[in-house]
Amino acid sequence: MTGVSKKERIAQRLAKELQDGYYVNLGIGIPTLVANYIPDGMDIVLQSENGLLGIGPYPLEKDMDPDLINAGKETISTLPGSVFFNSAESFAMIRGGHVDASFLGAMEVSENGDIANYMIPGKMVKGMGGAMDLVAGSENVIVAMMHTSRDGKSKVLKECSLPLTGLKCVKKIVSDMGVMEVTPNGLVLLETAEGFTIDDVVNATEAKITVSENCLVGTY
Amino acid sequence: MAKILASSKDAMAHVKSGMTLMVGGFGVCGLPENLVHALAETNVKDITLISNNGSVDNWGNGKLIANKQIVKLFASYIGENSELAEQFISGQIDVELVPQGTLAERIRAGGAGIPAFFTPTGFGTKVAEGKEARNINGKDCILEEALLADVSFVKAHKADKLGNLVFNKTAQNFNPLMATAGKITIVEVEEIVENGELDPDEIHLPSIYVNYIVKGEQYDRRIEKRTYSSATS
Repeated sequence: MTGVSKKERIAQRLAKELQDGYYVNLGIGIPTLVANYIPDGMDIVLQSENGLLGIGPYPLEKDMDPDLINAGKETISTLPGSVFFNSAESFAMIRGGHVDASFLGAMEVSENGDIANYMIPGKMVKGMGGAMDLVAGSENVIVAMMHTSRDGKSKVLKECSLPLTGLKCVKKIVSDMGVMEVTPNGLVLLETAEGFTIDDVVNATEAKITVSENCLVGTY
Repeated sequence: MAKILASSKDAMAHVKSGMTLMVGGFGVCGLPENLVHALAETNVKDITLISNNGSVDNWGNGKLIANKQIVKLFASYIGENSELAEQFISGQIDVELVPQGTLAERIRAGGAGIPAFFTPTGFGTKVAEGKEARNINGKDCILEEALLADVSFVKAHKADKLGNLVFNKTAQNFNPLMATAGKITIVEVEEIVENGELDPDEIHLPSIYVNYIVKGEQYDRRIEKRTYSSATS
């Protein structure tokens, strides 16, 4: 855990979900960091919902272009083979299931794979952006999140309390404490992060969770 | 065929109080800033605005919001604008949050003569409230209606004199879709070229959707998040 923040560790673990040749959409926040951990020799094409396939690294300061941004509205660059398109085309890719994996952040996830990540009534209303389309369209929705709130409450729940972004759509959760798969029988703990025992993760999880026979401890 | 207007101010003759207005752009990127800022100089009010974002404080859509010219906003994301948040919480502006892909498709459908469509996006969420739901081939969907506008403001990089358009990089976003869904579509561009100068294969949007073209007077080249790497890394 030393030297690397919790968020970086989650991003490093998320990167292991990538497969060569994947087209991937990275959500704002922790998932964006995954771009830094794509394994050498693996060809991944990153999709940006605002109309770009083939997101390149941040440009040099002198090359920043107001007409070239990612979904987080950051200046970026293109790569050989990059392509631009309009927003309807972008979401045809997303909703049509053409994007192989979608990584996104969450405020809450439930044991049946519901996700809430776009508003806290009365406190924070920013909007869902493209998140509802991403979770509706991708067969491979993987959530990156902190396992508990700042006051220690589980964010992996029996049922979400916040307005939902999507129903039964999350396939896997990678938190700062562990990796969980969403199955018809609830969550299954596959791995724990460094510094956490299986009991630590189970105790920090309000949702129904079973431990895989092959559960690995301290993998990331 | 498109007419070329002398100024963004002249274009405002087509915008009246109470109208529905589409404004292209993703945040400030590809936002038709000269047209929007010209509208902010008028007394036009009670506008229903359809735009992906509320834009930022006091720039772009943010100027219209600060002037209280907008009564209702359709958008997918309304962060980054404190004035909008304040007006929303105090009930001065009505906001309908629309998932971004649904927003794009509702506009595309409007321009393409499709009155409504079923989509899985938003099923079982607040977005589905009051809408018809149907299971189609095993997929739970909701019915979403097309969006049209009295006037669309669009930003393109280049136009020829007929109104054929070329967009630049990610500044394309919602612009070509909104151009198809406006009863009157007004396009601001950085450059107007002679007919024939654009390769027919490079044109993103055919002129048939465009009513007026204006050369934008001033471009701020605004960036919301300046992210860059150093030459050494």
